[in-house]
Amino acid sequence: MLNANHLKKSFDGLGVLRDISLQVNEGEVVAIIGKSGSGKSTLLRCLNNLEQVDGGTIEIDGQALVKDGVYCPAREQRAICLKMGYVFQNFNLFPHMNVLRNLTEAQVCVLKRDKEKAAAYARELLKKVGLADREAAYPYQLSGGQQQRVAIARALALDPEILCFDEPTSALDPLLTQEVLGVIRALSKEKRTMIVVTHEMNFAREVADRVVFMEEGVIVAEGAPQEVFDSEKVKAFTGLGD
Amino acid sequence: MELFLQQMPIVINSLNVGFLQTLRLFFVTLLGAAPLGLVIAFGSMSKFKPLSIVTRVIVWIVRGSPLMIQLLIIYYFPGLVLHNPIWGGGESGRFLAASAAFIINYACYFSEIYRGGIQSVPVGQIEAGKVLGMTKGQIFWRIKLMQVVKAIVPPMSNEIITLVKDTSLARIIALQEIIWAGQAFMKGSQGISGAIWPMFFTGVYYLIFNGVLTLLLGWVEKKLNYYR
Ligand SMILES: Nc1ncnc2c1ncn2[C@@H]1O[C@H](COP(=O)(O)OP(=O)(O)O)[C@@H](O)[C@H]1O
Ligand SMILES: [Mg+2]
Repeated sequence: MLNANHLKKSFDGLGVLRDISLQVNEGEVVAIIGKSGSGKSTLLRCLNNLEQVDGGTIEIDGQALVKDGVYCPAREQRAICLKMGYVFQNFNLFPHMNVLRNLTEAQVCVLKRDKEKAAAYARELLKKVGLADREAAYPYQLSGGQQQRVAIARALALDPEILCFDEPTSALDPLLTQEVLGVIRALSKEKRTMIVVTHEMNFAREVADRVVFMEEGVIVAEGAPQEVFDSEKVKAFTGLGD
Repeated sequence: MELFLQQMPIVINSLNVGFLQTLRLFFVTLLGAAPLGLVIAFGSMSKFKPLSIVTRVIVWIVRGSPLMIQLLIIYYFPGLVLHNPIWGGGESGRFLAASAAFIINYACYFSEIYRGGIQSVPVGQIEAGKVLGMTKGQIFWRIKLMQVVKAIVPPMSNEIITLVKDTSLARIIALQEIIWAGQAFMKGSQGISGAIWPMFFTGVYYLIFNGVLTLLLGWVEKKLNYYR
């Protein structure tokens, strides 16, 4: 479903992604862990075309966003990336739109869905994330956990094939963290394909089908959660972590 | 008292005519400077360095020097130095020159406000639009615009109130706005001379007009407070 090969990316001559390859299969949940600064966000941002790689290939559903460092035309980039959904660490909801509008805006203007249909779908998704009664609220009226759940629903509204999360709970306190992790856990039960960058080791262990451990722009360990968490390098990291 | 009551209608009549010219200059400036300011703002934010540098230098000069000097230069320079009096004579020529000076001056102030407003929209907002598949245009119209408007309304209100009072500077090129009209009664006009009260009375016009504008702009600001 997602095929990334030999990705390279540097900022001001500093190599942040150094030959990264990652495959994600349908229905799989991949957790990416690693120290701060190891390039996790940059990888996820490159996969979602928020940054451009310097080299390598990214194929989504067999369509190449970038092939050997050469990007396809902008219009196709947008179409290909619509297969990806993205949830930000700090939500980035649109503050001037109420919750419902946050969910319908792109459905209507990007997917050209009918307004009524978009609203109906939005309500269905809000119910799913436990916010059916907050459709008229503005983001500033919601807690961080609620905002993040709206952001997840907003991403789901475009029916992405792969949903990406960049530390979706690191801006939240422990109680709110759990309600957001609960939503992601429920999505994994539906066999949604997801890539989750996280510092929540227990969550990664429990929900992920595969864990990827990054260090200084390379993947140093990858495999089933048990395997990865038991490897020496990762133990050193998680040992530091907790 | 009797004299005052006699003079009153004459003075009010004159001041009304002057105030009409003041209003004309105010609205022409607003309508001209608001869009021109946007063009200048985009110029100063351009990734094409020479354009952004030239634009910023112009903005710096215009904002850094008195509007009164700009008025004098724009009005007299073409005729006296270039021997090409483009503004033509009479009140209409003075009005054109004053409008040009005010529009250029206020467009530069507005451009800085716009630039601040545009740059105040967090990058995350644009990225959120991008990952939802929106085009650059959709991101501008649907996401950025309202947030920019909210950010610029308070500083724009200040500029607009200042503009009302600044229109009086056009007196320096003898534009027949309200100050000019009031002053005429000091020198002597329509049988009234040496009267200073009409001059004071012009202040009432400014206060009322600014009062109305303050209420209006406050209402707009409040309307935009539906979100934070
Ligand atoms: N836009 C940027 N410009 C310059 N350096 C950046 C930028 N984004 C990330 N970096 C650098 O790249 C490295 C990896 O960052 P990031 O991908 O955010 O790591 P992580 O998400 O694993 O903490 C860091 O050293 C960071 O400073
Ligand atoms: Mg990060």
